Amino acid sequence: MIGVEHYVVVSSILFVLGVLGIFLNRKNVIVILMAIELILLSVNLNLVAFSSFLGDLTGQVFAMFVLTVAAGEAAIGLAILVIYFRRRGTIAVDDVNRMKG
Amino acid sequence: MDFVQSFRLAAPEVLFSLSGLILLLASAWTRSDRGARVITWLTIAVLVIGGAMIAPALANGAAGPDTLAFSALFTASAFAAFAKLLIIAAAAASLVIAPAYFQRLGAYRNEYPVLVLFAVLGMCLMVSSTNLLSLYIGLELNSLAAYVLAAFLRNDDRSAEAGLKYFVLGSLASGILLFGISLTYGFAGTIGYDGIAAALTGKISTGAVFGLVFVFAGLAFKISAVPFHMWTPDVYEGSPTPVTTFFASAPKVAALALTVIVAIEAFGNQIAAWQPIVVFAALASIVIGALGAIGQTNLKRLLAYSSINNVGFLLIGLAAATPQGVAGMLVYLAIYTAMTIGGFVAVLMLKDADGNPVESLADIAGLSRHRKVLAACIAMIMFSLAGIPPLFGFWGKFVVFQAAVEAGHIWLAAIGIAASVIGAFYYLKVVKVMYFDEPAMKAVGHSDWMHQALLGLCAVAISPLGYLLTKPLGALAATAAGALFIP
Repeated sequence: MIGVEHYVVVSSILFVLGVLGIFLNRKNVIVILMAIELILLSVNLNLVAFSSFLGDLTGQVFAMFVLTVAAGEAAIGLAILVIYFRRRGTIAVDDVNRMKG
Repeated sequence: MDFVQSFRLAAPEVLFSLSGLILLLASAWTRSDRGARVITWLTIAVLVIGGAMIAPALANGAAGPDTLAFSALFTASAFAAFAKLLIIAAAAASLVIAPAYFQRLGAYRNEYPVLVLFAVLGMCLMVSSTNLLSLYIGLELNSLAAYVLAAFLRNDDRSAEAGLKYFVLGSLASGILLFGISLTYGFAGTIGYDGIAAALTGKISTGAVFGLVFVFAGLAFKISAVPFHMWTPDVYEGSPTPVTTFFASAPKVAALALTVIVAIEAFGNQIAAWQPIVVFAALASIVIGALGAIGQTNLKRLLAYSSINNVGFLLIGLAAATPQGVAGMLVYLAIYTAMTIGGFVAVLMLKDADGNPVESLADIAGLSRHRKVLAACIAMIMFSLAGIPPLFGFWGKFVVFQAAVEAGHIWLAAIGIAASVIGAFYYLKVVKVMYFDEPAMKAVGHSDWMHQALLGLCAVAISPLGYLLTKPLGALAATAAGALFIP
């Protein structure tokens, strides 16, 4: 029998993968955007699992809001990335270092 | 029925969102320089009208169920009103100073005031939230507008980089906060603050503790408290200076007020669980903010560390977890807003002969010889940020420490006071460089009268004259804090 704790474990693993994807990734910024998306999806999984477990619709409504905001966030993130690429000609994470200290 | 009542309570926010949409549409049709100025002043007018609509709630001390709107998703309490008025004042200040700065670069566009207006709307929703969903929507509305503002100078390397860094770390913060929200929802079974407070009493499960920790970690990111402060110096340095002025004032007020609301309303029965987190963040922010600033050569970076340092002092008020502590924190927040706006406007006024911004500490050496008034204002702001009497910054620190001592946290106040001595070092260094070093004669450019007026206003507010305000400010802060502590 699969209970709510299994869902929480899976979503926790996804969340940790997303956070590690942001911090360990040295390649390019697109991967970071994907990692952010992964974090938000892990949250959605959590919300929907709890919602079903509690028999309460709030969690599913919340998940809808999160999905909507995630779309807006991705749009803005890509727009900023485009501006950045136009100036620098690269989106490698190691090159994002004009300011230090 | 109460739908009308709901709209009446949320009228300022409705005004902001409608005028934001209208101004956005208008800005699509005007492309001239003059059009951008007109839209800026219209936005300021909207903010002022909204502020006038909010002020009565603070004056009446609105609190309790009468202030709830839209099935208790939104509250127009006195606490929210206090925070909103500060937010609106800070946003209006960052709009007033913007045209002169951007127009020299030929980069002033109509979107700037509209984005600021949307950010203000998001912040108003944040501080009015009574529910984790309205919290999240408000926070994101603010953040999404702020990411764009950071990258507003599209042709500037540093601005684009600041936007990218702010976006990545801000989204991570939202993700962490959201994960905490999902766990809190799961273990409390509801997302309303009242319901959470009722569900999480006494000994709580590990899952709920995780939820609480994640929520506070996400909020610590937004207020740039240590250990989640690393984005602040880069974003503050890279963003255009008017945007930095905005970031250091309005969103900080909103995020701190939100942290207080969540701590007191949602997790009010779990003070023992969050108090150590807040105490750690407060002390670490004070120390790291002070130590980090010492080696900085860029003024905006230095002020960024100063704001981290100040967030530490502000959190001491929350750590006390008493109405006095929250009221002290609100007083400090008002004074901090004046100091930080003054500080960044002063940086904005430092220009070389060609009008290019001067931002490095070495370039303002000997500033007192050729820009006497400006140097005096900067010196005053630095002394005030360091908390040296008789300037008004001292009063903010005083009320916060007093509340901490009264709540029995004498050691917390003692460590805070000791660490503020470290902070005094770099504030005094700026004054020393301006007054006693050989003139570099870099910052000789002419400054805009609007900037001068705003700096003058901030300087008067934090001068000893500010002490005339202690009584009314203290009374308003006490009313606001009282509204929060009603069970």
